[in-house]
Amino acid sequence: MAPKAYEAGVKDYAKTYWVPDYVPLDTDILAIFKVVPQPGVPREEAAAAVCAESSTGTWTTVWTDLLTDLDYYKGRAYRIEPVPGDPNAFYAYVAYPIDLFEEGSVVNVLTSLAGNVFGFKAVRSLRLEDVRFPLAYVKTCGGPPNGIQVERDRLNKYGRPLLGCTIKPKLGLSAKNYGRAVYEALRGGLDFTKDDENVNSQPFMRWQHRFEFVMEAVRKAEEETGEKKGHYLNVTAPTPEEMYKRAEFAKQLGSRIIMHDFLTAGFTAHTGLANWCRENGMLLHVHRAMHAVIDRNPLHGIHFRVLAKCLRLSGGDHLHSGTVVGKLEGDREATLGWIDLMREPYVPENRARGIFFEQDWGSMPGMFPVASGGIHVWHVPALVTIFGDDSILQFGGGTLGHPWGNAAGAHANRVALEACIEARNQGRQVEREGRDILMEAAKHSPELAIALETWKEVKFEFDVVDKLDVQRA
Amino acid sequence: MPEMQAYGAGKQRFETFSYLPQMTPERITKQVTYLINQGWTPAIEHCEPERAHLTYWYMWKLPMFGVYSVEKVLAEAEACHRAHPGHLVRLVGYDNFSQSQGTAFVVYRGGR
Repeated sequence: MAPKAYEAGVKDYAKTYWVPDYVPLDTDILAIFKVVPQPGVPREEAAAAVCAESSTGTWTTVWTDLLTDLDYYKGRAYRIEPVPGDPNAFYAYVAYPIDLFEEGSVVNVLTSLAGNVFGFKAVRSLRLEDVRFPLAYVKTCGGPPNGIQVERDRLNKYGRPLLGCTIKPKLGLSAKNYGRAVYEALRGGLDFTKDDENVNSQPFMRWQHRFEFVMEAVRKAEEETGEKKGHYLNVTAPTPEEMYKRAEFAKQLGSRIIMHDFLTAGFTAHTGLANWCRENGMLLHVHRAMHAVIDRNPLHGIHFRVLAKCLRLSGGDHLHSGTVVGKLEGDREATLGWIDLMREPYVPENRARGIFFEQDWGSMPGMFPVASGGIHVWHVPALVTIFGDDSILQFGGGTLGHPWGNAAGAHANRVALEACIEARNQGRQVEREGRDILMEAAKHSPELAIALETWKEVKFEFDVVDKLDVQRA
Repeated sequence: MPEMQAYGAGKQRFETFSYLPQMTPERITKQVTYLINQGWTPAIEHCEPERAHLTYWYMWKLPMFGVYSVEKVLAEAEACHRAHPGHLVRLVGYDNFSQSQGTAFVVYRGGR
């Protein structure tokens, strides 16, 4: 069809981008935004504006629009819904044709969906709540370099969550003392230890020295116990070149796993590193520093479930998910929602868990959710119930703060975990009977008995800031 | 608080449940029941303790496809143990959906 005549000027976004009868295609990328419009802006117009600014539109008509088939390329705002409990906000659904995005590039998707539109004056605030990636797009992304199944097979760990620990104090230890802390935690029964996220290569401990001492510690602990172990060597670096250099050295030393911070480093660097890990048989632990800046405000930013989906596409074998019960923010139902998104092959729509779209991951491997932050032996029954087997439970202070040291602390965590798994398999209600299960197990483990005594009073009972949007009585 | 204890010299471990006391027949029975109820296929493997760190252990016959009898699985584990009293014997639950193992744990710790 020949283009219509060119009419210069500004016209309502809704005329072009509000398409309420649109039926999304299986190949469309779908997004849902929580929008608070400026006063006086109708919801349809605000939704259309968000759609236009995140796809093909700009503020005025331009003649070059007529050189292409905009009806093929434009995004479409196709539905609006009220937000339960918030009269000022509404949900806007937008469908984007798959050809708007470069294949295999979450960078490109986020640059559109979470780009200029977030500073757009017609909306007071904007939050990207969920994104449905069509299978056609999923198939263009690399995804987790190894995945849960391959990691379990490599490490020979089955039928239970894995155990980790972040080495503390997070800053200031020398490489040799740091390696000591790693060795003690691993020999006591942990599967992994972890560099803190802000341990990169500071003057007090340069990365080469850390890598060498830590790997000696890992090897010794493996030799003693006969179990496979690892330390997440943090290769997060100022430049991609430096990042790869550190990754190569970790491989040369025989490390099974490295770690990276995907948000501070950026998706380009991260996706490159994930590809490197896939090619080099290296497990990739992913930390999420800076996520709360982006995802904690319920009215503005990007929900964590979107960041988690993007990371699964970009590539990671572990991703921090929050603990529900520890010191950091996280609503239980919402957390269950995004840990499904991390590890299941198919996730149905489930509004009770904040999942707005079904998501088919096809054959893309899953990632282990990592529960880390302020957790200790008393939390193990709840953690086992919430997270199930395919998870990594990380006790930092809960290992290193044991009165007898890291090895005893690690041992206590391992006994608590195995006791809860055994009880669960026996059909016991682990969360409800947690106290009895732990006390019984402590009869055979003085390490656990002391840990239970040490942390009996610690709780983190603050209400969460970012709750699911539900009408409250 | 009790006095501090030193953490002993290195001790060989065998992954899942190896930090709990050696399984009694009653406890093994419950784990086998769980394994079968999950829809996994039970299998028995054994190994010399000094080779336990290797991925592949000896198979004790084939995995027990279509076997839903807890007694049968326990009997095979015991038969394996009798034939190789010095060996570690582990019970595996093959999960054909994940193409991995749903669980695996040592039920005889080498007769020592």
